[in-house]
Amino acid sequence: MLDLADIKQTVDMIDHQHLDIRTITMGISLLDCADPDIGRCAEKIYDKICRKAERLVAVGCDIENEFGIPIVNKRISVTPVALIAAGCGKGDIAHLAKALDAAARSCGVNFIGGYSALVHKGFTDSDRRLIESIPRALAETELVCSSVNIATTKAGINMDAVAALGRVIKETAALTADRDGFGCAKLVVFANAVEDNPFMAGAFHGVGEGESVINVGVSGPGVVHSALKEVRGLPFDEVAETIKRTAFRITRMGQLVAQEASRRLGVPFGVVDLSLAPTPAVGDSVARILEEMGLETCGTHGTTAALALLNDAVKKGGIMASSHVGGLSGAFIPVSEDEGMIAAAGSGALTIDKLEAMTCVCSVGLDMIAVPGDTPAETISAIIADEAAIGMVNSKTTAVRIIPAPGKTVGDEVQFGGLLGSAPVMSVHGESAKEFIARGGRIPAPMQSLKN
Amino acid sequence: MKAVMTVIGADCIGIVAQVSTLLAKMNVNILDVSQTIMEGLFTMTMLVDTAKSEQRFEDIRAALDAKGVEMGLKIRIQRADLFTAMHRI
Repeated sequence: MLDLADIKQTVDMIDHQHLDIRTITMGISLLDCADPDIGRCAEKIYDKICRKAERLVAVGCDIENEFGIPIVNKRISVTPVALIAAGCGKGDIAHLAKALDAAARSCGVNFIGGYSALVHKGFTDSDRRLIESIPRALAETELVCSSVNIATTKAGINMDAVAALGRVIKETAALTADRDGFGCAKLVVFANAVEDNPFMAGAFHGVGEGESVINVGVSGPGVVHSALKEVRGLPFDEVAETIKRTAFRITRMGQLVAQEASRRLGVPFGVVDLSLAPTPAVGDSVARILEEMGLETCGTHGTTAALALLNDAVKKGGIMASSHVGGLSGAFIPVSEDEGMIAAAGSGALTIDKLEAMTCVCSVGLDMIAVPGDTPAETISAIIADEAAIGMVNSKTTAVRIIPAPGKTVGDEVQFGGLLGSAPVMSVHGESAKEFIARGGRIPAPMQSLKN
Repeated sequence: MKAVMTVIGADCIGIVAQVSTLLAKMNVNILDVSQTIMEGLFTMTMLVDTAKSEQRFEDIRAALDAKGVEMGLKIRIQRADLFTAMHRI
């Protein structure tokens, strides 16, 4: 018989500490859906997704029922659509976004990711067309998520893409102004994007992946926070060990669910993503974990060190618990999706500059940050460039998901609802980066890229 | 299928009797039982086998859930693999 205390601990994690599987994400290759006729391409995309993911939600619910573990999201990621659209010739690429949206609705999933382009070194024609279409695609669909990779450690930073994305984000906000610029919450700008990320909005099914795959993202900030209450005042060695033990258990649960989903769907298991993903619910916050380590408020001096320890210990604990670890695998710090971050940003203790520093030591980047609606496109581009530089130089994934909330200014709040939460509008530097962004071209790859 | 049942709540007379009667009705076999008072609450765990039951797992779960509501307890049933995975290397 299992130990009574162990059983009680697991039940407590689920009942009181928000332990859940954040997402089961099915990756689906759309490479065979390319067609010279864009209408036909859209049909192929719809049919393939519906065929492959037909049972995804039902299987997820069955697993949830049998294991008694909430599976919060069932999602789909697909091959970056710019690659598929390259074969379509002329036509509005946003048409394909509608096909993705319709397929996602038909399958009953929460989101579908992959309205994406990989332009870290340069644009193809279809990359350009897809990027131009993003604002409309996000405004006219509900479930479609978009991402653009604009830098890698190997290629450097495509500053033309950085400039373009600043404008695209502004336009996306304008087209969804009635919902506080909600469209921007579905758009991620990446450096070193990964091909097997199960989390939204940045998930896509990389070209190095197989026909289809099951990736699972675990959660668990509440569980880690609760465990740390038991080691209050003890040295960091104890803190790290406690996080590792907790992360191990969380990840084992993720591995079990991933294998079960893979077996039942007849789709290969890809990875478990070890990311600690917060929600706006009280008791499910990464910021509160940092504060439990002894910081008065997340964002004060010491926050970066606390986050570095957390991020590292989660990986060390999780890696032995899963046969394949991948995706983003680190602590997330999305402001609007984390109750403690919202409070810290609202009080002024957490600034955009501190968040940037924090992204040096965790995944993923400046995430779900609301800024004034009149922030110039060039300033947003410059924020993206800074994040991309951190990712490029440190050989890690970084990203920007920023919302220039139309008509809002510092002190206002934006509401997205659900897991996307709410966020106080944060201030950005008023000094211009216009001439910097206007240069265009590429920032060369750093020395770190020359490993051969 | 082997599953772990947990019964947690305020202690009262007849919990074990009522829960095991319900399991017997559904042809669910009890393999092991452990019961104590933890943090002031009646806490019972049972290792059960649902293989011989003709009921679907979700129906067994629903019946136990209803019994829990009736008795003012939280009764849950979860596949045993979950606990093994999380607490055994």
